[in-house]
Amino acid sequence: MYVAVKGGEKAIENAHKLMGEERRGDPSVPELGVDQILQQMRLAVDRVMCEGALYDPPLAALAIKQAAGDLVEAIFLLRAYRTTLPRLYASRPVDTTTMHVRRRVSATFKDIPGGQLLGPTFDYTHRLLDFSLAAESQSSIAVATESEPEGPMSRVMDLLGDEGLIEIPTPNDQQHVSDITHDPISFPVKRDARLQSLARGDEGFLLALGYSSQRGFGNNHPFAGEIRMGEVAVSIVPDELGFEVEIGDITVSECEMVTSFKGNKEELPRFTSGYGLSFGYNERKVMAMSIVDRSLQARELGEDVSAPCQDEEFVLYHSDNVEAQGFVQHLKLPHYVDFQADLVMLRSMREEIMKQDTHREKSGEEVA
Amino acid sequence: MTYQEDLMPGKSDATDNDAGYNYGYLNEQTKRMIRRAILKAVAIPGYQVPFAGREMPMPYGWGTGGIQLSACLLGPNDVFKVIDQGADDTTNAVSIRKFFARVTGVETTEKTGEATVIQTRHRIPEAPLQEDQIMVYQVPIPEPLRWVEPRESETRKMHALEEYGVMHVQLYEDIARHGRIATNFMYPVKVDGRYIMCPSPIPKFDNPKLDMSPALHLFGAGREKRIYAVPPYTDVKSLDFEDHPFQVESWDACCGLCGARDSYLDEVILNDEGERMFVCSDTDYCSSRRAQGNFGPMAGREDVAELMGESPQTA
Amino acid sequence: MQTFNEPMIHAQGVTKYYGPMVGCKDVSFDLWPGEVMGIVGESGSGKSTLLRCLSGRLDPTSGSVSYRSDEFGDVDVHDCSETVRRKLLRTELGVVHQNPRDGLRLGVTAGANLGERLMSVGARHYGNIRKEAAKWLGEVEIDADRIDHFPRTFSGGMQQRLQIACNLITSPRIVFMDEPTGGLDVSVQARLLDLLRNLVSRLGLSVILVTHDLAVARLLAHRLMVMKSGEVVESGLTDQVLDDPQHPYTQLLVSSILQA
Repeated sequence: MYVAVKGGEKAIENAHKLMGEERRGDPSVPELGVDQILQQMRLAVDRVMCEGALYDPPLAALAIKQAAGDLVEAIFLLRAYRTTLPRLYASRPVDTTTMHVRRRVSATFKDIPGGQLLGPTFDYTHRLLDFSLAAESQSSIAVATESEPEGPMSRVMDLLGDEGLIEIPTPNDQQHVSDITHDPISFPVKRDARLQSLARGDEGFLLALGYSSQRGFGNNHPFAGEIRMGEVAVSIVPDELGFEVEIGDITVSECEMVTSFKGNKEELPRFTSGYGLSFGYNERKVMAMSIVDRSLQARELGEDVSAPCQDEEFVLYHSDNVEAQGFVQHLKLPHYVDFQADLVMLRSMREEIMKQDTHREKSGEEVA
Repeated sequence: MTYQEDLMPGKSDATDNDAGYNYGYLNEQTKRMIRRAILKAVAIPGYQVPFAGREMPMPYGWGTGGIQLSACLLGPNDVFKVIDQGADDTTNAVSIRKFFARVTGVETTEKTGEATVIQTRHRIPEAPLQEDQIMVYQVPIPEPLRWVEPRESETRKMHALEEYGVMHVQLYEDIARHGRIATNFMYPVKVDGRYIMCPSPIPKFDNPKLDMSPALHLFGAGREKRIYAVPPYTDVKSLDFEDHPFQVESWDACCGLCGARDSYLDEVILNDEGERMFVCSDTDYCSSRRAQGNFGPMAGREDVAELMGESPQTA
Repeated sequence: MQTFNEPMIHAQGVTKYYGPMVGCKDVSFDLWPGEVMGIVGESGSGKSTLLRCLSGRLDPTSGSVSYRSDEFGDVDVHDCSETVRRKLLRTELGVVHQNPRDGLRLGVTAGANLGERLMSVGARHYGNIRKEAAKWLGEVEIDADRIDHFPRTFSGGMQQRLQIACNLITSPRIVFMDEPTGGLDVSVQARLLDLLRNLVSRLGLSVILVTHDLAVARLLAHRLMVMKSGEVVESGLTDQVLDDPQHPYTQLLVSSILQA
């Protein structure tokens, strides 16, 4: 029994071997290839890249394989790799109006310039198990023929912004952009650091928080102004060149929520908004993120901070699943030194009280 | 210490299969950033210095703060010791020691006296520390005020203004309820007469070892992203009341293996009948005492041979 | 000995805007040692905003508030360091909130609530802290054997008395009270008022008392300021203001009380 705790090197080695076997499963079933994960479990790859904060689909797929499909573990693997990478450049801001759009919907207007584009989605599928997938088949899947739009596509938010109906933050190249991987966040936190934290935040946590705000714990009446997904170019300005160079395309999802309006006698009323952006196709994540981003603006907008989703310390300190899973699971580690300290104290307190009780009983008997 | 200046993931001298990683795992930029935080921490004893903690290849809560400190401290001439619960052979200690052997090739030891850097979780070794030694502590919650005030923004203000009355409220409540201070580990201390500090979850038994210690004590909280320090020969006082002074725990029993009466004891349950024994939590201390010919009442028993490290380990 | 020729609080042109909204406007007065100043008016008249500006918890848009402190001399409460402000709030100043829950820690015992202020200024002898706490429980007519009970097991009146004791235990010289009897039923109110009046006069406290209840003001306050829409419309000795109100608004307030 005790040996297990003092198990040492051999025990650890064996445990890892056993996990390797667990991961591989029945050897008569062909091994899963990283390319298969990359191609056929793309949404898992996207989530791991997003919360792992590293855009590298093959490595994310490898992490998923190594983690036997445990996505939080895979995110952790990718993060731990990411942290060793040198920082060469910060990219220029990506411009999502130049996105090669594969999906784009707006819930606020029936039609919008550039049109609605359903693209790939689970929406409107009937959630019936498709037993034909259980049978391995080579049958080709009919390719959908939806013509993809050409050229830049302005964002719904910009259209509202042009009319003054919503505040569009003006980009400012001079302003320092914080980097939560280089500087620890401190409170009150600015929106740049907040969005960075949310972008790598746990999808489930943000989903629950966004949901709680819809149910009235910090209500802010969201409308999905626009959700889009597709490829955008990433560019950098190398020091030695001094001009922008595109270094590749990445897939991103973006969501902008239009939320409750504010204003008073002095200030014309206008809508507020929340923003969500993620690597890959992570629609649920960016929708939840944009609601939470809006909720966290409560302080800046002079609203009451009363619900959990409006409390930036609560949200930002608990949204990272790499931190959360580690701390919850560290309870597995031996704590017997501290436990012993409590044991010693508890025993001696009990003894003392019992001694007093027997003493009292005795003197009680004498009186009787 | 290492003085490699390359910013690219360089070649590690340690082994070939980690060619993608730098010496000590962290890249040199990160090490510089952490070393700056360490210097600041040493300059302001007990003050929690925020730093941009990195993800490490171990989970948060499993020693990432200490590991980041060690990664920035260890150089080719260091001798490294890792303990968890006082023991060199607990699983997490083994895992961390192995990690550094792999990414730095550093020499490791189980002997307290031989080590230049000792990373620990929950204990300070029994053998007195020396001037050239650095203790590295793994800290889960660095904020001693956390249990009375959950908000970081508020606790930082309380530290800045030395608003510490509420710390004694806890101790007061213990005495009112239990007749004594019932905090047994993570017992708060005041460092150099200024900052109240959490000594990490060491038992209060170890608190006096921090006071005027010749060694440098560095505390790293990876998840909470804080580094703090007790420099050599610094005043460290455990909080208490004049009429309820700080006291450490004591045992009626001695160590079953080496007979020590001055060391922190772990309780081991031997069988289903509930027979128990007490052994030194500091395994190096215990085995050195036995090597010097000191034995406890249980030392001869066969069913405890494993505890003495005499039988091959099985699991 | 304190000198009686200098005010304890000197307020000059205290003004607070919330955006375009007036919180309070251009309030000036002096509060003298041992004096109780009542601030009366309907809810929304700016009483609480003014009190928060006076007690240093809210920065005014313009104007200044200074205290005469034993430890620091004359202190401009909005222009001193946070260290000084917080130190004063633990020692020479007291704040009694309308809701005792805002001034007490409900999760720790009555004794610890009383002891916290002593410990925050360096008391480190458990026995003495305990003795002092028990003494102050007695002062506010709470049984000494409730010392280890949690305030949440106390009635509303007891909680309020405990909060008052917690403030008085470090012998403050100025106490701010925000509707101290609000939310209590009438018989409990009467007992609390009686207790307050005795303590204030015996300890020679200077008090700023905010209340919407003219009966409370008449019983406790030496002087009154009547507020309407953020401005002081009338001020003077309590009896004078209540018996012979000059401003139409004060007349309305007084008559509505009489009718009720």
